Amino acid sequence: MAQTLSPVDLRRRPRRREGLIQVLLLASGLLSILVTLGIVYELVKGAMGFFTRPLWEDTNKPLAADVAPSDTVLPVRPEGAAIPEGAIIRVDEEIMRVQRAEETALQVERGLRGTQPAAHPAGVDIFLEDRVSLWEFFTGIRWIPQAGEFGILPLVNATFIVSAIAMLVALPLGLAIAIYLSEYASPRVNNVLKPLLEILAGVPTVVYGYFALTFVTPLLRRLLGPDVVDIYNMASAGIVVGILVTPLVASMSEDALRAVPRSLREAAYALGATKLETALQVVVPAAFSGLAAAFIVAVSRAIGETMIVALAAGAGPNFTFNPFEAAETMTGHIVRISGGDLSYDSIDYNSIFAIGLVLFLITLVLNTLSQRIVARFREVYE
Amino acid sequence: MSVRPRFDPNRAARHRRARIGMVVFQLATLVGIVVLMALLYNIINNAFGLAAIEYRIYPATLGLDLETLPQTPRERLLEILETHLSPGLRRSLERTRPLTQRSNEELAALVLERVLQPKVLDTWPLVPSLLHTQDIVAEVHARFPQAEVRWVRWLNTRFLTRPQSSDPLRAGVRTAILGSLWLVAITAATALPLGVAAAIYLEEYARKDRWYNRLIQVNINNLAGVPSIIYGILGLAIFVRALEPLTSGAVFGAVAEGVTANGRTVLSGGLTLGLLVLPIVIINAQEALRAVPNSLREAAYALGATKWQVVWHHVLPEALPGIMTGTILALSRALGETAPLVVVGASTFITFDPVHPFSKFTALPIQIYQWTARPQPVFRNLAAAASLTLLLLLFLSNGIAVYIRHRARQRRLV
Repeated sequence: MAQTLSPVDLRRRPRRREGLIQVLLLASGLLSILVTLGIVYELVKGAMGFFTRPLWEDTNKPLAADVAPSDTVLPVRPEGAAIPEGAIIRVDEEIMRVQRAEETALQVERGLRGTQPAAHPAGVDIFLEDRVSLWEFFTGIRWIPQAGEFGILPLVNATFIVSAIAMLVALPLGLAIAIYLSEYASPRVNNVLKPLLEILAGVPTVVYGYFALTFVTPLLRRLLGPDVVDIYNMASAGIVVGILVTPLVASMSEDALRAVPRSLREAAYALGATKLETALQVVVPAAFSGLAAAFIVAVSRAIGETMIVALAAGAGPNFTFNPFEAAETMTGHIVRISGGDLSYDSIDYNSIFAIGLVLFLITLVLNTLSQRIVARFREVYE
Repeated sequence: MSVRPRFDPNRAARHRRARIGMVVFQLATLVGIVVLMALLYNIINNAFGLAAIEYRIYPATLGLDLETLPQTPRERLLEILETHLSPGLRRSLERTRPLTQRSNEELAALVLERVLQPKVLDTWPLVPSLLHTQDIVAEVHARFPQAEVRWVRWLNTRFLTRPQSSDPLRAGVRTAILGSLWLVAITAATALPLGVAAAIYLEEYARKDRWYNRLIQVNINNLAGVPSIIYGILGLAIFVRALEPLTSGAVFGAVAEGVTANGRTVLSGGLTLGLLVLPIVIINAQEALRAVPNSLREAAYALGATKWQVVWHHVLPEALPGIMTGTILALSRALGETAPLVVVGASTFITFDPVHPFSKFTALPIQIYQWTARPQPVFRNLAAAASLTLLLLLFLSNGIAVYIRHRARQRRLV
């Protein structure tokens, strides 16, 4: 007799564990989005704090007579800076709004923003509220926190000079190395050179900073004279940042060059071109977009590079175009300010967020641009 | 793309140019190697050399030998301390712990610190020290008649085992090395599971045509390009300030009153570095997962495995060497990272070891930065020694990564 098989349940069983795992994995993926949002949120919040924070500027205009808590007219001396109507002023701890301003008297609204009207003796200076305006921030050529001057241009200028010098080093050097590796070197030579480049890329930036300060700077000073080259200078920092990004330029460029189909090279050889002509007139133009992407990523790395400039480029913002002078970059300034014991309730603390935001946006634009170029370039040969 | 055809019939000239071109490319590569050599030369050159040292009391006048100071007879050390310490200082030392109860090492340290009091006046790098020894000795005698010229290995075992000190002859990097190890451990503990999980999601689960999956991928690529100092600012705002009760250990009651680091702890530093290397870990792990052949997955599915069983039992073990290699390389990056730690608030001068995640901390790169930034040239030698230590650590960890990769390749061949 035929045996009856026990029926096997072939229906799909609910797999709760599988679903849970998938959710956890997705959450890990989403964490990276959260990090980006966190960066943007904190930078914007800190930068808002920077632009809305009241700075009190001493007008050097003292009270002419004692003031009682009930007075609404402040007698003032004519000297000092002018106080406009509608301005917020501070006398001792009390904050007031100026309703009408005359040469020797100010009509005010007393006890603003939770402060209490109080008696003030004659001779106390009046402080005028000021804020860092966006205009001042982006066009000012002086960054002197003690004096309430916050123009980011000296920092941006130094950042770009250092990056420009770095690219002057890294572009020709990195491109030449890439051409050598992809067009000339045998696989055996490649096997030796690539690990060496990886070592060069793996050296911590602080060690490069040490190298800049104790090797490149003395070398520059010996070559060009100590009168020309300062102990801290942008040139030395720029050269070493260039060395730092050279392996990056080289390896990205090499990938771009290798992606060029063999047939192009063979066609060039068949027409009688020399190896150099093939490399420079056929392969490099064909890989141009990939090379451009490599170059842009390298610029972005150079702009964000911190320790080399912090050690070798000098402390203190300086608006100069002379690469042999000391000048602080955006990153260098952030590190120096936060290296001390930074008080959370200070304009310095807020300023690192404003600078950080500018830095973040610049590098974001460059990285996005580079990825766009790479994405387009991939489509060409696939 | 338009390449303007130019034909130069002078073949000899063209081939000459081709040869020159090749030499130029070779030279460029050579420049890279020369720079690497210069970097290493510069560090080694400064990590060893001659130094002019002045003592308050010269060891020779007391019949002491510096190299074997702890082996000096105990009675002799006690006698020296007896005769050369001021009565007030001796009393206060006796009050902390009687001198007779202290070990020979401690007595020797006291003799060195309180009696001999060596002070570095000037230092010379290795190469001039070797080539112009006589000139340097003569120069020292002219400039500092009192001083003694001595060979100093700035990188030595005492340097590795001593805590930080303001005296360059006694300063060490033990606290910094331990701090760096704590940081790397915390970084690994956070970035490795999260990074691998995200990579598994993106490679094994995510449908590539969904906008949110593409967004995650683009976002990770972008995060990998964010300057490290921005992560420092993020860590300062989130871990040090917003999560202070957590990162300072106050919530767990782990920290005694008055010694809290206010969120500027090794935990905050490690978490910051964790976020910093997360995109790198993800991208490397993705590559490792992508390298697993599809046939493996299909075979497992054919046997009725669920998706997670396929990933956990077949794909992950196969991709593990690649993931480990990528992770170690990412952790090497964390080991050498300086800027975010400065912003997060690594302490520059601490003499005690980090003992738990809520300790204040310093790290090797921070030490190098601090010593390099000091105006006194002696500290440059210490910075060189610390750089050499850091490079050796990195070399070691990269060596492990290469070994894992190599072994995995060999196993695959069998």
